[in-house]
Amino acid sequence: MELFDNLMLGFASALTIQNLLYAFGGCVLGTLIGVLPGLGPLATISMLLPFTFGLEPLSALIMLSGIYYGAAYGGSTTAILVNLPGETSSVVTVLDGYQMARQGRAGVALSTAALGSFFAGCVGTLILAAFAKPLTEFAFEFGPAEYFSLMTMGLVGAVSLASGPLLKAIGMIVLGLLLGLVGTDVASGVMRFTFGLPQLWEGIDFIVIAVGIFAFGEIIASLEHKEIREAYTGKITNLWPTLADFKRMMPAVLRGSAIGSAVGILPGAGLSLASFFAYSLEKKVSRTPEKFGRGAIEGVAGPEAANNAAAQTAFVPTLTLGIPGSATMALMLGAMIVHNIQPGPQVMTSNPSLFWGLIASMWIGNLMLVILNLPLVGIWVKLLTVPFKVLYPAILLFCCVGVYSVQNSVFDLFLAVGFGFFGYALRKLECEPAPLMLGFVLGPMIEENFRRAMVLSKGDFAIFIHRPISAVLLAVTAILIIAVALPAIRNKREEAFQED
Amino acid sequence: MKIVRQKDFASGLLYIILGIAFAVASYGYRMGTASRMGPGYFPFWLGIIMAAIGVMVILGAVRSRAEPQRMERWALGPLFIILASVVVFGLLLDTLGLVLSLIALVVGSSLASHEFTWRATLINTLVLIVFALVVFVYALNLQFPVWPTFIAG
Repeated sequence: MELFDNLMLGFASALTIQNLLYAFGGCVLGTLIGVLPGLGPLATISMLLPFTFGLEPLSALIMLSGIYYGAAYGGSTTAILVNLPGETSSVVTVLDGYQMARQGRAGVALSTAALGSFFAGCVGTLILAAFAKPLTEFAFEFGPAEYFSLMTMGLVGAVSLASGPLLKAIGMIVLGLLLGLVGTDVASGVMRFTFGLPQLWEGIDFIVIAVGIFAFGEIIASLEHKEIREAYTGKITNLWPTLADFKRMMPAVLRGSAIGSAVGILPGAGLSLASFFAYSLEKKVSRTPEKFGRGAIEGVAGPEAANNAAAQTAFVPTLTLGIPGSATMALMLGAMIVHNIQPGPQVMTSNPSLFWGLIASMWIGNLMLVILNLPLVGIWVKLLTVPFKVLYPAILLFCCVGVYSVQNSVFDLFLAVGFGFFGYALRKLECEPAPLMLGFVLGPMIEENFRRAMVLSKGDFAIFIHRPISAVLLAVTAILIIAVALPAIRNKREEAFQED
Repeated sequence: MKIVRQKDFASGLLYIILGIAFAVASYGYRMGTASRMGPGYFPFWLGIIMAAIGVMVILGAVRSRAEPQRMERWALGPLFIILASVVVFGLLLDTLGLVLSLIALVVGSSLASHEFTWRATLINTLVLIVFALVVFVYALNLQFPVWPTFIAG
């Protein structure tokens, strides 16, 4: 089996003592920050990224995936123990997880989440490995027109599947694209939007935007709400689910993994949608739907499996096509570019040990997570009792050190402060900032492909419709927009009818 | 005309201003033609699209039938204190070094909490300085000026 040969190659390059240590370190750091309520994976990943910059590419990627999974998983612990979702993807885990904790089954809820996530992570890794080759071969047929249409579909897909008003989200994408163009134009050498500042010649660093808008913004927003935390303070004694628990959670985990893997591949669908779908499915197929919201173990197992599977398969478009489907993936892509790895169809052929090493490292990251979360859960519980007033200066310190060490530049810190103010304003105006991040990373790529396509067609815009793959992608984009707009139209019509 | 949705109205306005600013700035670069685009072409049209979206958002915000939405109060205190402490950290870092500027960052930002106490803040500052030195400077070997330039030379 070629698939297993490839995976073996990956494990051979990823499994060194040193790399395992980096995976471990990444998981600890990611979980450490991810556990804190209010700091989502975007903020967590953006402030921790710079710490991987000094490492070799493969080690850095391994540490990165540790951070990514730690950040993605840390929220579940918070959801179960504090009744607060650590991030949007664990919103539904709160419903039954915290109820289980209140019934004295916090340990079981935590281990269900961890084991479910691990199983789903394994499924996701296999799917990623299986999809990588055919998709990569398919991607070699892509010309600039196809890439342009694919990115457009990805961007529109990312906002149409998310919540919130579509029009404002598209505006944020466009702003992100524009910010991505700041700096030297590769084709002409012209400095664009740099205000004569040499620090901007290379463009704005993605860490600066991410830390400014997400991390600073989230700290300020958290300080604003004098939240009352209802934390589970009892001792966590029994970690192991009973046989009856296993019988109830296994089918939920299987269904969750399937849903999550499918949803994760879609651009922009993200982890929250996966866990939401899984929760409603579990409720539908359950013989005792009235138990949901009152500590049903399926309500923890399904969504947790789903969001971890999605976390894994979200790498499919990023690694094979070089196009991230979500803001978090955009950050991961940015981090890979820092290490001189331009993800896309070429990586797998030109640097197979790195490509398969990365895939193997994701599995290692997942395993670390289980090892880390079950025995160390006591530490995370302690961390949750530390008051926010002590934590946020430490978070701020991480942010500042992270931003500064990208280029050892104080200018970047000031720029991040500017984006912090902007990010806070966006929050107050209810403009979702995640699409901006996605647009920012794709900005230069989408312009380059657009230009090339137009050179090939000698200025004829019809090239995007004449090429079949591109036409299909644009048609899907149009359908997505109409599908989101339709219920809105319907609602408005209903409003109009009511007034008449 | 009545502004029914205040947040949307303000966002629309922001989109229009930013879109036009980008379009005007792009117009200063060579535009080129559709087949040979200059550096101004793509951002110019993106700016126009952004401003157009802003107009549509504003139109949605002034419809009398729209669901009313009011602007929230801004937490100007925490906003200013947090951002200012980062600015001070940045201003001091290159001359005074990591240790002294960290004091400014941690103490300064702690003032934003409504539960501020000197005792907890000072302990926190001390712990974080030791942590930063051990983890960032020695373990990760990040390049920082640690001590003031007039001492370290």
